[in-house]
Amino acid sequence: MKRRHFLTVSASSVGGLLVYSLDGKAFRLATDDKAVLIPLRFFSEDEALIVSTAVARIFPSDESGPGAQEAGVVIYIDRQLAGPYGEDRYRYTQAPFESGSPDLGYQGKESPREVYREGLKPLKGLDRLEPAEQDARLKLMEKTYFFALLRRHTIEGMFCDPVHGGNVDMVGWQMLGFPGPQMSYREAVNTHFGEAYRPRPASLLQISRFKIRPSEDEK
Amino acid sequence: MKTLPPVDVLIVGGGWTGLLMAKELGSRTPLSVLVLERGPIHNPDEYIKEMDELDYAIRKRSGVKVQDCSKETATLRRSGNERALPLRELGLLIPGTGVGGAGEHWGATAYRIMPDCFQLLSKTIEKYGVKRLPADHSIKDWGVTYEEMEPYYTRAENLIGASGKAGNIQGRLIEGGNIFEGVRSGEYPTPPTATPYFSALFRDAAKSLGYHPFPGPNATLSEAHTNPDGVSRPGCVFCGFCNMYGCMIGAKAQPTNVLLPVIKRHKNVTIRTGPWVRRVVREKSSNGRVRGVTYKDSSGDEVFQPADLVILATWTLNNTRLLLLSEIGEPYDPATGKGNVGRNLTADLKFAAAKVLMEKPLNRFMGSAPTGIYVGDLESGVVDNTNLPFLRGGLLRALNSGYQPIGTFGRVPQSVKSTWGSEWKKAAVYWYDRMEDVRWDGEVFAYKSNYMDLDPTYKDVHGDPLIRMTMDWQDNERRMSEFGTAKGVEVARAMGAKEIIPFGGLGHFDANPYVVTQLRGGTIMGASRDDSVVNPFLQHFQASNLFILGSSVIPHAPTARPTLSLIAMTIRTSDAIVDRYLKHPGPLA
Repeated sequence: MKRRHFLTVSASSVGGLLVYSLDGKAFRLATDDKAVLIPLRFFSEDEALIVSTAVARIFPSDESGPGAQEAGVVIYIDRQLAGPYGEDRYRYTQAPFESGSPDLGYQGKESPREVYREGLKPLKGLDRLEPAEQDARLKLMEKTYFFALLRRHTIEGMFCDPVHGGNVDMVGWQMLGFPGPQMSYREAVNTHFGEAYRPRPASLLQISRFKIRPSEDEK
Repeated sequence: MKTLPPVDVLIVGGGWTGLLMAKELGSRTPLSVLVLERGPIHNPDEYIKEMDELDYAIRKRSGVKVQDCSKETATLRRSGNERALPLRELGLLIPGTGVGGAGEHWGATAYRIMPDCFQLLSKTIEKYGVKRLPADHSIKDWGVTYEEMEPYYTRAENLIGASGKAGNIQGRLIEGGNIFEGVRSGEYPTPPTATPYFSALFRDAAKSLGYHPFPGPNATLSEAHTNPDGVSRPGCVFCGFCNMYGCMIGAKAQPTNVLLPVIKRHKNVTIRTGPWVRRVVREKSSNGRVRGVTYKDSSGDEVFQPADLVILATWTLNNTRLLLLSEIGEPYDPATGKGNVGRNLTADLKFAAAKVLMEKPLNRFMGSAPTGIYVGDLESGVVDNTNLPFLRGGLLRALNSGYQPIGTFGRVPQSVKSTWGSEWKKAAVYWYDRMEDVRWDGEVFAYKSNYMDLDPTYKDVHGDPLIRMTMDWQDNERRMSEFGTAKGVEVARAMGAKEIIPFGGLGHFDANPYVVTQLRGGTIMGASRDDSVVNPFLQHFQASNLFILGSSVIPHAPTARPTLSLIAMTIRTSDAIVDRYLKHPGPLA
């Protein structure tokens, strides 16, 4: 059996860490926990550390707000790759695979899992470099399909519903003033002209009385 | 192959048009009506579960809400010289699946087609002469006029409870409505929807430039409404989860909340989910009539379902593909211009004429997909093309669709060149709620070189060839888009924008961004069998017991999204079937 990999993160780096377990139940880890072990579904620990480093350079934490590290983007990507999306279950994958104009969309044979597995190889050791060196390494590959995918997944992991493992504690939404799914803006929609209206965010699990089964957990 | 007991009416496809026909025939006749829908049943009471951008708008819940393209997709090339490649992921098109079809995730815009679009060829020649027509055009008159359609538009709007403000009731122009619209017989069933901040800025700027802005008509109720069938729905709460989502409260008109409650009252209608229809069966010995369809059921068995009357309602690509696979009618050949099945493929021309960067936050998360303000002064048939380098026109629009962050994050001012890292992130975070689009939606001609046929290489999961689209923009659209961009930028300037990013120009037809699910053409309508597949009652010219519903019958792409018009046309066809065809089966025109 494949060895189970874990990602070790510092709980303080993710604020009040809210983690969703496999069955979709939320559990909160005490903020004074020094180190947290998060079970990985697809990445090896080495890969997870590289991804975690890379996405934090793509979407860094700075004075404008939290970044990919705090939002748990690596956990989000790990779950996406482990699920049906990662194995291309819904993509048309019949041969022949021909390269064509980029206008016709991604035509490659490789699934997201394969793209990551290959794409991460040249980034070995990224997590042990200085930030400027990390950026230089990423810069070298910013025209690749892998990087485009990594960037897209970083944005997804920043701003998805927390049920998917990213946007932990809705830190991404709070940074943008996006309140998540809400039951009504019937009054508000006609008011607040020219001023920021920022209702307290809610996540899907908070507003729905139905069981939510995220697509990455589909068998 | 198993043969099932025959039914009177067989409807293939359970979206807006198929279920509407089932409702009409089920409630107005004693006929047995069977709807075949290959996707699952949805439960609209649980649509709150869909308020998840990642799963529904980004991953699109393939196979559940939208067509699973791993099983069937389409191929695309821009010209006959190019090799077509499959659309391997849904992006350009988002066809629905399941009961309700794309009608469950549509944007619910309910704007009528401008009157002279129905007579595009004759009206254009009358106004500008035959020499102004693009050499490669394939436009025609549709065989039905706006005036003939008007009562059906009214019935369609009453069915969905359309919200809007009339601008022309029986010739009387009404300020605040669209004074350029076709003559209406009456007011909208419900008042216009709210005008949020960005739309209000656009409205005021447009007014200051002398335009006549009006609230965009739509099928997401502004207030509670009960339709003539006794179906009640609540007013919209502007949660913003419309496009790609089922409406959690049912304010948006969807087949499952407008049609299903009525269908369920009629025991003569059955909806069978799971069948994958592969062929319409027609025998030469049966005088051109069709006998039913064959399908693969969910256990993989081939089934023959006989029927007296067959109605295809499977959306543009599938309607065309089913006729081609079934060898019903002659495939269109662009070299000779012969054959009609597959011709006149068109798509919407829509783009952000101006990305507008505003000083103050816009609260973009509030709204509904179709909420917004339109300017009709530059519409087809309104704007004078005499001294313009293109024909026809379009709408300028500002929408408050209710935006979610994954799809709309990352837009930055032109001065920011990076696409990742701190500089980019700071700018993208700052501008996230301060940036919005002034849009152009234009009319698109049909061309001889834009069409569909069966792909020679790629197959679906059952081994049938995929449909191949050959499609590109032409000079008329390119020149119109320059015009629309300039006009959009002008309004944006009047809105007090801090910065304006104009549209970068129309390149080739591109599969990456979402363009529109409402492709049109392939089985087009018209007065003559020489250039049309169906007559103006949407009845097949060669097989009189075969009707075709949906965008595939629309001969070109007017500015208006087709759904409202398709609902109106389906009602018109149902009248023709009930009042005339059933009494004297045979050609209606």
